Amino acid sequence: MAKTESTFRNMALSLTLIALVSSALLGFVYEATKKPIALSNLNKKLDAIRQVVPEFNNNPNDEMFRLPTGEGDSLEVYPAKKDNVITGYAVNTYTNRGFSGNIKLMAGFRPDGSIINIAVLEHKETPGLGTKMADPAFKDQFNEKNPAEFELSVKKDGGPVDAITAATISSRAFCDAVQRAYNTLQKGGIK
Amino acid sequence: MNQFQNFTKGLLKENPILVLVLGTCPTLATTSSSLNGMGMGLATTFVLICSNAVISLLSKMIPDKVRIPAFIVVIASFVTVVDLVMQAYVPDLYKTLGIFIPLIVVNCIVLGRAEAFASKNTVWSSLIDGAGMGFGFTLALGVLGAFREILGSGSLFGHKFIQGDGILVFILAPGAFIALGYMIALVNKIKQK
Repeated sequence: MAKTESTFRNMALSLTLIALVSSALLGFVYEATKKPIALSNLNKKLDAIRQVVPEFNNNPNDEMFRLPTGEGDSLEVYPAKKDNVITGYAVNTYTNRGFSGNIKLMAGFRPDGSIINIAVLEHKETPGLGTKMADPAFKDQFNEKNPAEFELSVKKDGGPVDAITAATISSRAFCDAVQRAYNTLQKGGIK
Repeated sequence: MNQFQNFTKGLLKENPILVLVLGTCPTLATTSSSLNGMGMGLATTFVLICSNAVISLLSKMIPDKVRIPAFIVVIASFVTVVDLVMQAYVPDLYKTLGIFIPLIVVNCIVLGRAEAFASKNTVWSSLIDGAGMGFGFTLALGVLGAFREILGSGSLFGHKFIQGDGILVFILAPGAFIALGYMIALVNKIKQK
């Protein structure tokens, strides 16, 4: 077969054909992967909720509600219930004070406001420095503390939180996100 | 040149990273650990093989003046397929590689092989060329990632064998340049013999 010449008709025809075939292929793959993608996103969320609140036998994802933060925004709150008694709330919280980009956390609170556990969902902090906020050595110091009496600020700022070495900004941002979750829950009148 | 040589030229003689020095952006950015490097390498290999095969098949049909847009559409389609499939089945790896998966589209290696090899050769040799180049790319990224992970965080494939922190600079961008520089020097030394 001879090489197709670069006439206007040939160029338009060959590009249209290639674009058509490509879009058909992409449409097919999109349909085929839609369900697994939704499922893996849901599982990731449920895993995070399971990490931060005690045992539950409801479906926190279906009972999710939003509470306003008072900063013109709202946070997702996932109530965890055991036999219809509230055992805790998982709050999908964020901060924009990270060293690079937003940090998203899932923070679990008891109904009395004390922190159960915290999971890091998303961040773009410096590898090897800010990334250590996901290590138990840092984040577990918040467990079982009630922000009402445990001030969420690092030692450099006069608070009780042990900051990560060489990542004070990330540590501060972490505190900020947890504080936002706590304030939102309290303001929402949830005890 | 027989098909075996065609395959092995990607490993050392024409290694895309260490000799041609193409696609250094994803190379430097995604090799902070050996697993990330290899994941990136395998994703690119898949795109390379598929796009090489399709482009060599279509090269007669595509008029010369529109060959670059046509090649890019083919490459972008395969990259989107990889992107969706990884998002569905390996969400953790997808999260760490992030923006670099969609950016395979503009990776010079893929378009470079399409232009320099696939558009002038048969489907079969293009397939082999894509596999060899992809394998060389994966190998270079895996070794670079392993080197940086061992020195930077004291672990290999996620298994920690040295307690403590390691040499932090190797996890950060400067370490990537240093490590890649030494690898290129080593390969040049080997090639001289």
